[in-house]
Amino acid sequence: MSGAAANPLGGSGRLGLLLESAGAWLLGLIWAAPLLYAIWTAFHGAEFAARLQLAAPLTLENFVKAWDAAPFARYFLNSFILVTSILAAQLVLSTLAAFAFARFAFVGRDVMFALVLVQLMIMPDILIVENYRTMRALALPDTILGIGLPYMASAFGIFLLRQTFKGVPRELDEAARVEGCTLLGLLWKVYVPLAKPVYIAFGLVSVSFHWNNFLWPLIITNSVTTRPVTVGLSVFASTDQGIDWSIITAATLMTSGPLLIAFLLFQRQFVQSFMRAGIR
Amino acid sequence: MSGAAAPATTPGSAPPRAGRVPARTRGGTAHIYGWLLLLPAAVLLGAFTHFPAVATFVESFYSTAKGGRPARAVGLDNYRTMLEDPIFWKSLENNALYALGTIPASIALALLMALWVNGKIRGRGLLRLAYFTPTVLPMIAVANIWLFFYTPDYGLVDQITKLFGAGAHNWLGTRGTALVCLMFVTIWKEAGFFMIFYLAALQQIPPVLAEAAAIEGSGRWYFFRRVTFPLLMPTTLFVLVNAIINAFRMVDHVVVMTRGGPDNATMLLLFYIYEVAFKFWDTAYGATLTMVLLLILAGLALGQFLYFDRRVHYR
Repeated sequence: MSGAAANPLGGSGRLGLLLESAGAWLLGLIWAAPLLYAIWTAFHGAEFAARLQLAAPLTLENFVKAWDAAPFARYFLNSFILVTSILAAQLVLSTLAAFAFARFAFVGRDVMFALVLVQLMIMPDILIVENYRTMRALALPDTILGIGLPYMASAFGIFLLRQTFKGVPRELDEAARVEGCTLLGLLWKVYVPLAKPVYIAFGLVSVSFHWNNFLWPLIITNSVTTRPVTVGLSVFASTDQGIDWSIITAATLMTSGPLLIAFLLFQRQFVQSFMRAGIR
Repeated sequence: MSGAAAPATTPGSAPPRAGRVPARTRGGTAHIYGWLLLLPAAVLLGAFTHFPAVATFVESFYSTAKGGRPARAVGLDNYRTMLEDPIFWKSLENNALYALGTIPASIALALLMALWVNGKIRGRGLLRLAYFTPTVLPMIAVANIWLFFYTPDYGLVDQITKLFGAGAHNWLGTRGTALVCLMFVTIWKEAGFFMIFYLAALQQIPPVLAEAAAIEGSGRWYFFRRVTFPLLMPTTLFVLVNAIINAFRMVDHVVVMTRGGPDNATMLLLFYIYEVAFKFWDTAYGATLTMVLLLILAGLALGQFLYFDRRVHYR
């Protein structure tokens, strides 16, 4: 691929390529700087927060202070429960619905599919007023279930899996049926294994979306035992700390930490998953 | 839609319809199985997407129940209030500016990044990492970091402008600069995300085209303008729609950085809805404002539908 891509350069030549490399690297530097600077601030004493000195001593003190100042352990646990329960529900519900759309000609299928797609445009994120009312009727404000419930049926997941299931060869489907497979057995043994890369892609996108989600959890939670890390961080940064940026930055990095580390370790999978999720 | 089950969607050599429909799902059972499988997802989707959308519409014609006084029908009163509400108009104007300021810039940067990362530049793995990382971070964390940068005198931005002789500036506290500051944060966070979609699309363009163009001796810019860019059109459209949705959906940074201020200079529509409904607890007016947001998104959906429709017709 790269061999062929080199040729159209013909006209502009080596100097052009050099200039472009410089541009790409400059932009890369600009893009990386905020995070690098935040990391610098978090690992140094407050006196170096706005001063770059290579000799400044490294310290973990900011992280310790942040960890002690707010119940972050609990926030992490809440986020973990939230993200896993949403993902589990999404996987089961989307799989069943996608199977129905891909392989059953039931009355009203096309209308129902169009109704499902509506959620791609009108997401629960903007229906905060009415969803809060519903949650109050269900006595679910300030519960982790209350944060997750509006997201558990995912149009995006149904759409992705339906496309994948439609591509499963009918011969496989029929062979399994001839051997006496039940419907759910067929789904579990034939369709689900074939869609594994799509599940991984959807899983990564979903986990990063819900780990990062903020506005709805902010509205629906009101106590330490339910707040996810994003809301915990905002409470921490706005009230407790005044303007000690070293500690706030340390807390900020801490809350993004799990996702960031996972991303750095599985960079290729992440990027490919986001790519796969975007191709329709 | 009756009788035979199994949608005839599989391309290629399909045996006669009746033959490949397994006995178990033939006839009425297909309807039952289909609906049963769909039911759990449909119930939740209905409860938290379709029902609230309709309920928003209904509630916008009622007053907010307050202290024992139940909600009563008020006709178009809420809408009248809205049309006379300067903060509503300000938030709409801000949102339009915000969309115009962030969307073209992040799409153009995304395309540029994708072309670079897909090309022959040295260290493109590292570059891709640098471009994409902001996407993985929570917006609220990003906002915290940038809040620090924008701090007057002490923050990174003022440190840099000081090198050029400028004095301290309250970037987020000045009406003229606050919204622009938020735009920079958004562009920084979103460009890498959109880059991924362009990268995926670029890798699907057959290299033969570039080879042919090279033999023809066409320049690189010409090749981009006449081949690459048109081929990327569906991706651009997809990214555009997502960017517009995000411009109206994402207000986390407003909550953290400015709370709509100073003097409503960074008031975006969804943040205003949040304030009205959850700070002043005027849910009926919140619903009325939500209707505007719903109308904008419905218009977007319609536009997308019509565009795709036309494209299909022309083929």
